[in-house]
Amino acid sequence: MKTPKLLTALIYGVCLSATGSAHAETPTLTVFTYSSFTSEWGPGPLIKKAYETRCQCNLKFVGLEDGAALLSRLKLEGNRTSADVILGLDTSLIAEAQATELLAPHDVNIADINLAVTWSNSYFLPYDFGYFGFVYDGEEIQTPPKSLRDLMLNPDSPPVIIQDPRTSTPGLGLILWARKVFGEDDIGAWETFASKIVTVTKGWSEAYGLFLKGEAPMVLSYTTSPAYHRHIENSERYRVAMFDDGHYQQVEVIARLASSKNPTLAQNFLEFMLSNDVQKILPTTNWMLPAVKTGQALPEAFKESEIPKVVLGFTPEEVSANRKNWIKRWLGAVAK
Amino acid sequence: MRILSGVWSGIVVVVFLLIVIGGSITLTAMTSTPVSLSSALTDPYLISVIRFTIGQAVLSTTISVGLALIVTRALARRAKFPGRRLLILLMGLPVVMPVIVAIFGITAVFGKRGLLNELLSLLGVEQSFTVYGLTGILVAHTFFNLPLAIRLLLPAWESIPRENWRLASMLGMSSRQLFRLLEWPSISDRLPGICLVVFLLCFTSFAVVLTLGGGPAATTIEVAIYQALRYDFELNQAALLALLQLSLCTVAALGLLKWFRVFAATSGRKVDARDRPDIHSTIGKATDFFCIGICTIFLLLPITMIFYSGIRGPIYEVISDPILWLASARSLIIAILATVISMLLAMGLIKSVRFLREKTKQQKGAELALTIGSMTVAIPPMVIGTGFFLIALRTHTLAHATLIMIALVNAIMVLPYLLRSISPPYIQAGEQYYKLCRHLGLSGLQRFRLIDWPIIRKPTAFAIGLGGALSFGDMGVAALFDTDGQITLPVMLYHQLGAYQFNEASVTAVFLLLLCVSFFWAINQIIGR
Repeated sequence: MKTPKLLTALIYGVCLSATGSAHAETPTLTVFTYSSFTSEWGPGPLIKKAYETRCQCNLKFVGLEDGAALLSRLKLEGNRTSADVILGLDTSLIAEAQATELLAPHDVNIADINLAVTWSNSYFLPYDFGYFGFVYDGEEIQTPPKSLRDLMLNPDSPPVIIQDPRTSTPGLGLILWARKVFGEDDIGAWETFASKIVTVTKGWSEAYGLFLKGEAPMVLSYTTSPAYHRHIENSERYRVAMFDDGHYQQVEVIARLASSKNPTLAQNFLEFMLSNDVQKILPTTNWMLPAVKTGQALPEAFKESEIPKVVLGFTPEEVSANRKNWIKRWLGAVAK
Repeated sequence: MRILSGVWSGIVVVVFLLIVIGGSITLTAMTSTPVSLSSALTDPYLISVIRFTIGQAVLSTTISVGLALIVTRALARRAKFPGRRLLILLMGLPVVMPVIVAIFGITAVFGKRGLLNELLSLLGVEQSFTVYGLTGILVAHTFFNLPLAIRLLLPAWESIPRENWRLASMLGMSSRQLFRLLEWPSISDRLPGICLVVFLLCFTSFAVVLTLGGGPAATTIEVAIYQALRYDFELNQAALLALLQLSLCTVAALGLLKWFRVFAATSGRKVDARDRPDIHSTIGKATDFFCIGICTIFLLLPITMIFYSGIRGPIYEVISDPILWLASARSLIIAILATVISMLLAMGLIKSVRFLREKTKQQKGAELALTIGSMTVAIPPMVIGTGFFLIALRTHTLAHATLIMIALVNAIMVLPYLLRSISPPYIQAGEQYYKLCRHLGLSGLQRFRLIDWPIIRKPTAFAIGLGGALSFGDMGVAALFDTDGQITLPVMLYHQLGAYQFNEASVTAVFLLLLCVSFFWAINQIIGR
């Protein structure tokens, strides 16, 4: 009686593969993002869990090094990309990303968006934002500089570690920041400031790590950095110098791809990113401020006094048109 | 035809390397609009970058290899002292460290708040030591390459047979004469190759140069390539710069090739430095241990600081994270794959190189093949990676071939280490036993098993251990290929740093280093004994 056995096995096998293919029909939404978003300490895992329970889909994050890696990956893959959504570009990369013509309009009601500036881009949806700021060690510095002007021009200002605009987002942010504050005179300011720069690192991690090890009392970071130390380490030691002449704003955005095979799912995910569920976890996982009014107060670690009064920013088009030239000028002023 | 049968494996490897290198550069270049070569080469900024790159590389190489000669000689003269094996094992660490870990270790010793400055202020010195600048670059490059050069040089000393030492003591040779007549002939044939590897490593150094160099004035071509590839998305410019880097390195390689000397075949098999006539004087002993001591302090202090901050971190939390183990497993798979591939490439090349030397006396041709194998360090892994990525994208294999591609890029990057440590003993074994083998009719696998293997197993174990550990510590390539969110251990380390988890990251760094050492040690136990 071998045949029935074989038959059972066959039927069983067919059934298995049938359920297998049924499984395969659960759509997968692929989201390209930067690695600290999707790492186990970032918001990625929480968002994945929350979204998968409501969408009947798989949410797959692909974590790349940083925003610039994200854009270059998108450009490399072109319309062959497996991404449905791209999450984590910032304002300085928007114009170039849009120029690839790989993106689809978001069609999301942006009335609730609550940035310090009005938002009108129809492809990119902001999901959180932050400000660049100089973080200092409270045990080393009692009276921090009061403005960027003060920091860069005052001969008594403290030594700082900054990042390279050629290889890092905050580094580029500072170039734009100085340009906004000093205009055409930024080069003079940089020349004066150069003697205060302990070193210029490849990325944020090198700079912040060296700062924590005491290599300099001040470092270029984000205004929300002290909130991390307060919230996680219960420490008041690290503070941010709030500047009267403003802080440069970094807005992080999400967009869906025109080539996506799951446009509805992608669209839903965009909306989900603006929902209360996601917005409320961003401050303490991504250490950025929610782009939508959540209706509830920020966690206690985030102080009102650490929200800049004066907000600075260039349009994506301005950044895209001038970035290279401004970096070149910066090199001329600082690299001697 | 007979020549062809001896060199086919080498031809395959060389062609493969040329295709991979050329192909990845071409593919990368074809993806964007062309830039003009002449306008790029007359850019004063780029010219200053080139000048700086070469300058720091020459200085770093001179210092690293120069010091390595002194320390290695001391180590060779003191063939037995407590802790010698451990010291040599620990010397494998700097090379395999993720760059950011090394930076933290070096600044913990030489930085503003480092041990050195604390010592200076304790001694009442007002002026504090500043590492950022050319000093920082040289310190870091010496930290990475001095131990590497020592490890590559030591076998040369150890290959001097005891008969020679005995003869020398009968002739009453002085220490200087020993160096000139016995040691130099034995090391000088390896020196150009070692210089080349160190030079290429310093030439293509990136994050260290930027961070410890103190500012954008310290920019290497590799920085410009990264910028073009990542931030400007001018793939063409990146490819052009990669080509420029490759040509400059080729010029350097050809210069060293000219300096290359014919192998001095030594006879006799028993090797023991204790037969040296010049090791018994007190002054000799004192200077040797002084050199070894200084070198040990220089290398071990930063390593100790890394371990120290790791021990104070949240060890349990980090170790109990399942992702750490998944990432380690993935890193291990990549390391093993990369080592196997690299070993195949290296043996294919070395076999033909020896054949060329034995049968056709084509010394230069043989060295040229080895040089091509070493040049792979001169290609930025990101460019090779981008090329591979484009291939995978066009052949729709991206989702399946990720692991293989990461391994392949790593294999190509570690190939020079394998070549430089396996080829000298393998060729020497050939020269020494060629006639014997012909007499006995030994050839092929039999010859390999009976004659070559016993001689090359130790250096092979070293090379495999080093190559594996290096691929284990790799970061750039793995992050480039991510398609499914699976991470390697170094990527996890960067995740922690990016999430303000600096204490956790220091634990992970120690964990990573311990795994690298264990891998290295295990390979040496299995193969090298």
